[in-house]
Amino acid sequence: MLTWLSLLFLALFSGAAFMAGRGRALKSSGGSKAKLHSLPNYYGLYAALWAGAPAALLLLLGAAFGGRVEDAMLQAQRPAVVQALTPDRQDVFFSDVSAVAVGQAPSEVTYDGPLKAAFDAKVAEAKRIDGIVSYSVLGLAGLLALAGFLLATPRINTEFRARNRVEGWISGVLIACSVAAVLTTLGIVMSLIYESWRFFESVSPLSFLFGTEWAPQIAMRADQVASSGAFGAVPLFAGTFLVMLIAMLVAAPIGLYSAIYLSEYAGRGLRAVIKPLLEVLAGVPTVVYGFFAALTVGPLFRAFFNGVGEQMAGGPLDGIAQYLMQVQNQMALVAGVVMGIMLIPFVSSLSDDIINSVPQSLRDGSYAMGATKSETVKKVVLPAALPGIMAAMLLAVSRAVGETMIVTMAAGLQAKLTANPLDTVTTVTVQIVTLLTGDQEFDSPKTLSAFGLGLTLFVVTLGLNIIALRIVQKYREQYD
Amino acid sequence: MPTENRDDTIAHAPALAAAIPAGHGHVTTGEFKIRARDVNVFYGEKQALFDVSLDVPAKSVTAFIGPSGCGKSTFLRCINRMNDTIPSARVVGSIEIDGADVNAKTVDPVVLRSRVGMVFQKPNPFPKTIFENVAYGPKIHGLASRKDELEAIVESSLKKAGLWNEVSDRLHQPGTGLSGGQQQRLVIARAIAVSPEVILMDEPCSALDPIATAKIEELIDELRSQYCIVIVTHSMAQAARVSQKTAFFHLGKLVESGPTEEMFTNPRDTRTQDYITGRFG
Repeated sequence: MLTWLSLLFLALFSGAAFMAGRGRALKSSGGSKAKLHSLPNYYGLYAALWAGAPAALLLLLGAAFGGRVEDAMLQAQRPAVVQALTPDRQDVFFSDVSAVAVGQAPSEVTYDGPLKAAFDAKVAEAKRIDGIVSYSVLGLAGLLALAGFLLATPRINTEFRARNRVEGWISGVLIACSVAAVLTTLGIVMSLIYESWRFFESVSPLSFLFGTEWAPQIAMRADQVASSGAFGAVPLFAGTFLVMLIAMLVAAPIGLYSAIYLSEYAGRGLRAVIKPLLEVLAGVPTVVYGFFAALTVGPLFRAFFNGVGEQMAGGPLDGIAQYLMQVQNQMALVAGVVMGIMLIPFVSSLSDDIINSVPQSLRDGSYAMGATKSETVKKVVLPAALPGIMAAMLLAVSRAVGETMIVTMAAGLQAKLTANPLDTVTTVTVQIVTLLTGDQEFDSPKTLSAFGLGLTLFVVTLGLNIIALRIVQKYREQYD
Repeated sequence: MPTENRDDTIAHAPALAAAIPAGHGHVTTGEFKIRARDVNVFYGEKQALFDVSLDVPAKSVTAFIGPSGCGKSTFLRCINRMNDTIPSARVVGSIEIDGADVNAKTVDPVVLRSRVGMVFQKPNPFPKTIFENVAYGPKIHGLASRKDELEAIVESSLKKAGLWNEVSDRLHQPGTGLSGGQQQRLVIARAIAVSPEVILMDEPCSALDPIATAKIEELIDELRSQYCIVIVTHSMAQAARVSQKTAFFHLGKLVESGPTEEMFTNPRDTRTQDYITGRFG
């Protein structure tokens, strides 16, 4: 509340600084705009920025981190009675102190005797510290605003390059925005690495990467059975690979052929209809594909295979028939096929762009040799576009590997090391989801293993994307 | 040639082509390879060519000159029906090669284009090896049944294009790695490899430096003895150097045509005179 009020006040002050800066500029040039280096508003903005921006930044920082500073100051000295408590209870004690100090209800823990005295003392101290911190932030912000204004305005005269200074501020803001995006990515990677590090402290990376048994069910209590888990991720990698392979077997030919049709054969009218339709397919949320897989394709495939099994039963292939009759809804094939359908527009739209960027002069050259359309496509256009198409496929693979929703709903949860597409498999992403959804404790290897999986996934997809983008870049250079 | 037996002629077109022995080239004024009558070309609503009638002599070089957008490239592209690849283009009128109308329904543009080669403004070698570039046409038309036959065709084509000595030791390196002038000669070798009767060149030197241009012009002069060559050029000096006949196009119309020497020394039309003396264009 105080922060908002002071920000409002600061805005008013900064507006006044704008008027003052503008007025001073006009006064120094005797009212003539032509004599000024920059337009009058730039002088106003210059003064307003120096008066407002640093102070506003300080206020915002105070609002964001003031509480932390206060907590640190409050907890710097812990009375003996508090130190006697367990670390967990000490945390509860201090969070109750902070809550009471700002007038909120504390937890249900009751404090009595010497603890009560210590509690009241700390509450009083918390209120005092809060006062000191917030008023010092306010005071400092006021000083900054005043100093900014007083230092900036005297520099304003006809020669002063206000426009360049203001543009400098603007470019600073733009840089800050782009740096924020990069820093966020960096932060994600760092946290991934840090948590994975913690995981690999309890499970060796070798047994994680090459172990063939995945059973992360660690008991919540020490006396439960199966108190230790197994963290061999090979079945997950195999499952991911199997689903990806099926998806690419569906998406690569269909996507590529539709791209060839669209870019080389389709008339302008047809192309105008089909291309947007394909792009609509790309806009369908993956969760929709997920329940399409689980509720439509899964039962359909199951019915098909069970039916085939019944037809074959009793024949020479009775073993296979018995197996087919037991096929379940959830299988790698369903997840792979639906994921492949999801990837078709991705592959086709990327390949279409790449085929279109093959220069028309190459096609003309081929036609002028008396080549037919299909000869031209097969022997000139596709070979020329091949590196780019390869890159498109790699990008599709990296999407297939990272895809979560479809496999969660259609592939199954059981980690099995199998190459049978009719079996249920589980993938890296599915395991991350199941490990981290719901209430979880964040210091057991079970939950931390999700970060190990995440890091592996990140490294693989990053590698694929880098290779693909390098290929695309080289390809572009070849024809530009 | 009378129009009623046109279809008959087309059916025998390849045989007819084979009947003219290569290198049997004595140029006489009466011997015309291509006869165009009242050719009109439309791109959608826009008419690009108006009533062009022109005879192109065999075994000689004919140059089309004229300012940009005058229709000379459009007319060139009618001869091998490259305008078919532009959906909005429509060609009216008759163009006969050896008396056979190229626009007749029975003519397959694929067969036509194997008889009428084309070289483009910008060198456009395929992203394949030098050998594969030249072998492309013979392969798709099945001109060689054995590997050594194919090699012989590639070698003789590269020799005719004057490129053999420069590339014989690197036939299996990418054609895109050659210099611009070499690429253009590679493309000419590629066109020659299918033994065409006519070679169309659309400003073949406009992307080249003077030395490469001189080599191509030399080559054109050598090829003249075996092929009917039509060249579109912006350079009047080039037209004067390489061609025996010149046609001047302006605003989609053929203004005048005649022996090159006559056109440049004694043009009949004032527009031609203005253009070749550099007053416009």
